[in-house]
Amino acid sequence: MLDVINDSMTSKEMLDILVAKNMEDARQAKKNGGLVCWSSSIAPCEFMEAMDIYTVYPENHVVGIAARKGAPELLEYAERKGYNNDICGYARANLAYMDVQHCVSEEMPLPDVVFFCNNICETLVKWYENLAKELNVPCICIDVPFNQGDTVTEENIRYVEAQFKQVIAQLEDLTGRPFNYEKFYEVQKIAAQNANDWYDATMMCAATPSPLNGFNMFNYMALIVCMRGREECGVTFRKLKQELQEMVDKGESGLKGAEEKYRIMWDGIACWPYLSHTYKVLKNLGCNMVGSTYPSAWALRYTPGNMYELAKAYTSMGNNLSLKGQIDLRENIIKETKCDGVVMHMNRSCKMCDFLQYEVGQKLQEDLNIPITTFDGDQADPRNYSKAQYETRIEALVEMMADR
Amino acid sequence: MENTKLDQYIKQLAEIADAPGKACYDLKASGKNLVGWVAPYAPEEIVYAAGAIPVGLWGGQVELKKARTYLPPFACSIMQSIMEGEATGVYDILSAVLIPAPCDTLKCFGQKWKGSCPAIPFVHPQNRKLDCAVDFLAGQYEMIRKKLEEILSVEITDEALADAIAVYNDCRYAVREFTEVAADYPQIITPTVRHQILKAAMFMDKKDYTVIIKGITHELRKMKPQEWGGKKVIVTGITLEPTDLLQIFEEFSVAVVGDDLAQESRQFRTDVVYYGSPIRSLAKQWQNHRACSLAFDPYKERVSYLSRLARATKADGVIIALMKFCDPEEYDVPIIMEEMEKEGIPLLTIEIDQQSNSYEQIKTRIQSFVESME
Ligand code: SF4
Ligand code: SF4
Repeated sequence: MLDVINDSMTSKEMLDILVAKNMEDARQAKKNGGLVCWSSSIAPCEFMEAMDIYTVYPENHVVGIAARKGAPELLEYAERKGYNNDICGYARANLAYMDVQHCVSEEMPLPDVVFFCNNICETLVKWYENLAKELNVPCICIDVPFNQGDTVTEENIRYVEAQFKQVIAQLEDLTGRPFNYEKFYEVQKIAAQNANDWYDATMMCAATPSPLNGFNMFNYMALIVCMRGREECGVTFRKLKQELQEMVDKGESGLKGAEEKYRIMWDGIACWPYLSHTYKVLKNLGCNMVGSTYPSAWALRYTPGNMYELAKAYTSMGNNLSLKGQIDLRENIIKETKCDGVVMHMNRSCKMCDFLQYEVGQKLQEDLNIPITTFDGDQADPRNYSKAQYETRIEALVEMMADR
Repeated sequence: MENTKLDQYIKQLAEIADAPGKACYDLKASGKNLVGWVAPYAPEEIVYAAGAIPVGLWGGQVELKKARTYLPPFACSIMQSIMEGEATGVYDILSAVLIPAPCDTLKCFGQKWKGSCPAIPFVHPQNRKLDCAVDFLAGQYEMIRKKLEEILSVEITDEALADAIAVYNDCRYAVREFTEVAADYPQIITPTVRHQILKAAMFMDKKDYTVIIKGITHELRKMKPQEWGGKKVIVTGITLEPTDLLQIFEEFSVAVVGDDLAQESRQFRTDVVYYGSPIRSLAKQWQNHRACSLAFDPYKERVSYLSRLARATKADGVIIALMKFCDPEEYDVPIIMEEMEKEGIPLLTIEIDQQSNSYEQIKTRIQSFVESME
C-alpha cells in the first residue's frame, strides 16, 4: 500500500488517503473472499496481520459516525432492541450497526471473526460476546488481568503470554493454514517501530508553544488504531514529526489563530459529537490541549520476536493500571507536557474512565497543586453533554489557572 | 398443615437474612473472625479454612450520602450501597475484605476501598477455558491465602482447605436439593421465604447452615404438595431483594420456582471438583462455572440455560431483575429477549434499585405481566 502515499505529501494528506483506503480495502477483501476481523482498539493486531486477516476497528468506526453526528439513529436502534442506554456508546452503536449495516460514515464489512483484548475495559468481554453470538463467528480473546498491585506482575504477563498459543491455534483453525511466523516477526518489527514513531510525533506536544493541539492529534489516532501493523502508518508519523519540528523551530503554536496561554491535560475520551465545540471553547480562552493519555496508550514497546515483552506491553496499558499507576501516568504527562490545568471528562459511556476520577483528581491536586475541572459528556451519545455546562467549567478552570 | 419444626428453621434463617448486621456481631462475639467478600464471587473456602467466617457484601437499602463523593450517579446500585457502607464504618467489624474484578466497576472498586480493614483485590481470569487460566487463578488464590494468613495470623493448611471444600460442596448440594424441592411448595416457600433462606447462607458458618437447610428439605418432603393456582416464574439477575419487592410477587400469586441470580443459584450451581491440590481445585471451579453473565462465554449459555430451566420447572415465565446500571447484565438482556420470544416464554424485566423504596411501577408491571400470561 506504500505506493498510495509518498514523501511529497503532507502528513495530513497521507492520513486522509490511508483512512479512506483502509475501509475500502476491507470491503474489497470481503468481496474477494478474504477474512475480515473486528477488533478492539488495543489488541495485538500482530496476529491478524500475520495471517492476512483484514482487521477493522468498531471503536474507530463509531468515532467516525459520532463525529459526523450519525450516532443517534444507531443508539436509538440499539435501545429499541433492548440495550440499556447505560451501556458504552461505542458498543451500542456498533451492535446496532451489526444489524442495520448502514451509517453516515464509511460502511464497514461484517466480520468473519471477532477479536478483543480487555486491557482497556471489561465492557469488551460482553460486547464481543454479543457480536460472536449474534453473528455466529469465532471470538478470539486475549484476557489481560487488571493490575491490582502497583507493579505489572510476572503472573499477569505469563498468563497473557500463554494465551498467545491459543490465539495462534484459533487462527490456524479459522484459516486452515499454518501460522505464518515469518510474517508475524516482520509485522512485529513494523508495529514496534510505529509505536515509537507515534509516541515521538505526539509527544512534540511537550514543546512550548506546542506545535500540535490535542484535537488535531485525535485525527491521527485513526492510523495508530487501525494500521499499527502497516509501514505507511510510521511513514505518516515520521512526516508529522518533521512538520511539527519545523513549527517548533519557528515557534509556531498548534492553536490555529490563537495564542497558547494555558496548557491543559485532557483526561478521558473526546466528546466526538461535540468535538468542535469542546475545541473552540478552549481555543477562545487560549487553552491548548497538550497532555493526554493517548501518546502512551499506543506506545507498545517490545523487542520483535520476544513474546514475553509483547505480552508485557499489552498488559501495561494505562487503563489497566492500579490507581497508583494511573496517578503516576498522569503526573508524568502533566510534568512532561508542562500542563497548567486538567479537564476531566466524566464520560457517561465509560465506567473505566470515570470511577477512579475522584481519587486521581484528589491526588493530582495534592501532589502538583494543579487546578482541575470536570464536565459531563459522552464519547458518542450527544444527549449526555451540555454546551453551557462545559463553557462554565472551562471558564472556571481558566480563572483558576490565571490565579496560579 | 402445621409443621413447627419447619417454621422454626425458617424463622431462624429469616431472622439472620433480615438482620445481617446483628448476625455478624453475634458471630464476632462468639470469637470468630469475619472476612468480607464483595459480590459476586470469591473463594470463600480459603476464608473458611483460615477459621474465619466469610461474609457476603451485597449492599442493601441505604440512603446515599458519602458515596456520592466517590462515585458518579451512574455506578451500579449495589456498589453505591456498598460504598456508602465502606465510608460509614458499616464493615469495620471485618478483618479483611476480598474484592473480585469481573466488571469495570469492580476493577475500580478494588482500588478504592474506604473501609478500615485491609482490602484484597483479585482477578478471575476471563479466558476461562484454558489451562493457563486455572494456573493464573490458582496464583491469585495463593496470594489471597498468603495475605489472609498474615492478616489473621494463622496457617491455612492444605488439609484445612480440603475440609473447607468438603463443607462447601456438601452445602451446595443441600441448597440445590432445597431449591428443587421448594418449587413444589410455593404456599410455604414464598418468594420472600425462599430468598431469606438462601440469603442467610452469606452470614453463617456453612456447617450450621447446611444442617438447617437439610432440615427444611426434610420437613418439606413430609408434606403433600398442594395445587398452585397462581403463576410460576424463573428469576434471573444479580439480586432480587428486598422483601418489600418480593411481597409484590406474593400479592399477585407469583411463585419463584427457580432462579439464576448471582446472589442465589449462581453461588451453589458449581461444585469444586478435585483437581490436583485444594487451591487448584478451587481455581478449576471458575472454569466449570457456566451460564453466567460475569464469566466470559461467547456462546451465551446463560440464554439457553434460562429457557431450559423454565421448561424443567414448568415456569410460566421469566423475570429479569436488572440491577440498575449493571452493564454486564444489561448486555445480556437483548439476547435473552430474542431467545424467550423464539421459545414462546413470557419475559418481564424489572429494575433493582437499592436506593429506592417505592415499588409502584414494579407492581404495575408485575400485575400486567401476570394478566398477560392468563
Ligand atoms: S469507551 Fe470505555 S467502555 Fe467503551 S470500549 Fe472504550 S474503554 Fe471500553
Ligand atoms: S456492574 Fe454489575 S457485576 Fe459489576 S459490580 Fe455492579 S452489579 Fe456487580
